Amino acid sequence: MSPKTTNTSSSAPLLTMRNVHIKGLSDETWVDIINGVDLDLNRGEVLGLIGESGAGKSTLGLAAMGFCRDGCKITDGSIEFDGLDLLSQSRQQLRQLRGRRIAYVAQSAAASFNPAHRLIDQFCEAPLKHDVMARSEAETYATSLYERMNLPDPDEFGLRYPHEVSGGQLQRAMTAMALSCRPDLIIFDEPTTALDVTTQIEVLAAIRDIVKQFNTAAIYISHDLAVVAQMADTIKVLLKGDEVEQATTAKMLKSPKEDYTKSLWAVREYARAEQPLVTGQQPVIEITNVTAGYSPRQDILKDVSFAIHKRRTVAVVGESGSGKSTTARVITGLLEPRMGSVSFAGAPLPANYQDRTRDQLRHVQMIYQMADTALNPKLRIRDLIARPAAMYLGLSGRALEDRVRDLLRMIEMEPDQYIDRLPSELSGGQKQRIGIARAIAAEPGFIICDEVTSALDQLVAEGILKLLDRLQSELDLSYMFITHDLATVRAIADEVVVMKDGNVVEQGPKSEMFVPPHHAYTELLLGSVPEMDPKWLDRLLESRGADNIGDAAIARMK
Amino acid sequence: MSLISVLIWLPIVVAVSLGAGWLFRQTLIRLVNAPTAKFLRTAPLTASFGMLTITIYVTCAVFAPLIAPFGESEILSASFEPWAAPYILGTDNLGRDVFTRLVYGARNTVGIAFLITALAFVAGTLLGIYSALKGGIIDQVVGRLIDVLMAIPSLIFSLLMLTIFGTSVISLVLVIATIDSTRVFRLARSVALNIVQLDYIEAAKLRGESTVYLITREILPNATAPLAAEFGLRFCFVFLMISSLSFLGLGLQPPTADWGSMVRDNAELISFGDITPLIPAGAIAILTIAVNFVVDWLLHRASGLKD
Repeated sequence: MSPKTTNTSSSAPLLTMRNVHIKGLSDETWVDIINGVDLDLNRGEVLGLIGESGAGKSTLGLAAMGFCRDGCKITDGSIEFDGLDLLSQSRQQLRQLRGRRIAYVAQSAAASFNPAHRLIDQFCEAPLKHDVMARSEAETYATSLYERMNLPDPDEFGLRYPHEVSGGQLQRAMTAMALSCRPDLIIFDEPTTALDVTTQIEVLAAIRDIVKQFNTAAIYISHDLAVVAQMADTIKVLLKGDEVEQATTAKMLKSPKEDYTKSLWAVREYARAEQPLVTGQQPVIEITNVTAGYSPRQDILKDVSFAIHKRRTVAVVGESGSGKSTTARVITGLLEPRMGSVSFAGAPLPANYQDRTRDQLRHVQMIYQMADTALNPKLRIRDLIARPAAMYLGLSGRALEDRVRDLLRMIEMEPDQYIDRLPSELSGGQKQRIGIARAIAAEPGFIICDEVTSALDQLVAEGILKLLDRLQSELDLSYMFITHDLATVRAIADEVVVMKDGNVVEQGPKSEMFVPPHHAYTELLLGSVPEMDPKWLDRLLESRGADNIGDAAIARMK
Repeated sequence: MSLISVLIWLPIVVAVSLGAGWLFRQTLIRLVNAPTAKFLRTAPLTASFGMLTITIYVTCAVFAPLIAPFGESEILSASFEPWAAPYILGTDNLGRDVFTRLVYGARNTVGIAFLITALAFVAGTLLGIYSALKGGIIDQVVGRLIDVLMAIPSLIFSLLMLTIFGTSVISLVLVIATIDSTRVFRLARSVALNIVQLDYIEAAKLRGESTVYLITREILPNATAPLAAEFGLRFCFVFLMISSLSFLGLGLQPPTADWGSMVRDNAELISFGDITPLIPAGAIAILTIAVNFVVDWLLHRASGLKD
């Protein structure tokens, strides 16, 4: 397949956005989402859009297709795509453009594919609809794209259904689908955010490769700087609908001008000193030879043992499906292990949470990944935090109210302002803080933090990590920190447990774990974390080879 | 009525209804406090008209003795008097005032339908959420029992039960409530199944909360939107069910005024071109439409669509 033939107007920018204003309907009033952003994109150029959630990245990305989500409208400005004014085009004309000349790759491939159709059928839909190719031609093209994206068995790959392939493969299949009509512009909306680090690499490599080969222009939206640094030629930073600054990637990384950009860059450097190990003490939580699974035939955890000591943070890392969360379920008593036991401060805990005493329940608390679903949306903050305090500590009336206010102050939220709000009236980071307050309200000895920062922006996540750190020293807590983000591990952990396929492959203090030699899998995990160096992906691919990343590399280990 | 006059009258009736709905909504917005007023402002005209109609029906039901000019089962004159004062809608086959019976019918039919729906909801919702929460063998046993009840066509089943237990108001209420609670059970269970897998339910379980707390404080408040919408629809079905049973002679027993039996009692007038028997049928139809207008609005709100 030869690279695209460029049009006559190739010297002019492909996409020009001028002074774009977008408003969104929120609670029956129109609020500003984008306030006058300019954007220029040349053919073959990749622009990275960076910002925290709510900055308007996705809204701006969609506007580049002349599209607005339900409840949004473009109120001012102009959007020109290859000489066409998108805002004055009819729906029919826009439909002609979308899918054919402008394509979109969404964050969650699993949610974006129709589960009832084969991948190849979904691939062929756009080329047939737009009369770009005949069915057989489109199928051949799909196979060639699958091959180029390093998908296994390209001839047969398209015959599978979306649930039959892995997350990383599905995301690549979606990128292939976006390329089906050989568009001039692709918008990538956080395509790797939902993936593990090891899988992320293969998708990044595939996307970058294909964008370069076809000389396609792209807008790459992400909140992860290190990822954008690998992909983009130019980076634009957004904050609450305003442009903060724009520069070429190398310049942006080396010498950001604005304070906000600098603060984004600095986040990744937060690290806590390792806590000393208190020897000769009973561990707070000890997991001994646990084997467990959801069905008797298949064990998810195989002979897992580790201990968590007082005031220490143990990070459990591994890709999804490695058994991290299952370990948490065994500790909390939601899943009864087939063999082995869990003990708290030397005394064994009953396997089922229903058999545990109130005091045993009180001592093991949990903070969840998605604060949205971890808080009952119909209860006020007051009731959410008061419930464990009332249940376990028997507080009521005035004493309970004071306790709730104290807890809110501890998580750095002004009680008068927040106590009567509903969870929906808080930001993501604030919700997570309420989740923390609810956990510490029980006055536990041990808290399981299940990916608590992975749904948050880096600045907010840093705040949460600092808060957890402070609470740990104030309240003598022990944490089990489940995460797949090694930057978080570096920031907060004292000890690291690496899990793979239900086994603990390596464990030890943080200071040792980040120094080689590692177990091959740890090596892969560590090496797969993107760094803030635009050459990082190149170097990695060079040293490992394009066929030895992600799933393929893991498969080789077996 | 010729086709042309229908074509002229139809837009007028629709316009007047929507206008009345608008007036009603404006009045309500002035009367209530700010948050409720904000909520009401989102109501489309159809829903406003629905609320107005429901208010009128409820007023009729509550103040029936004050509104009705005569006694409920008072025999006043010869049968089938024409529409003329003092009998504004004429009299029925026994010489009772049709307008009076229409007003009392609102009290009996609407009141009993509301009672049945409420009972069906309390039973169906609690059992449905309980099944979803417990899962496993309890869910299976309750689910299959409900399936057995649902497998029998509801009208035939209720005819059978009413024949066995007799046609008192109490047995009518209990029989229809039981049958309808199976439908509510299915909905409540499926809604609750989506909620019980959320993290906050897990957190509450791990906290050691009782089943009662889980159902009433954690699950029920988050299931109200679809259940409220279903309440409206279910109310209409119950209402039609009572009317059909009354029409068949197994519902509310004479001399209690009821819209279903009023249609049956006066059915022969149809052959003389008199529309009197259609008035109670129209009352049923208008209430059904009104309730559905309101339900549509609530469903739309619950779905979170912003147009």
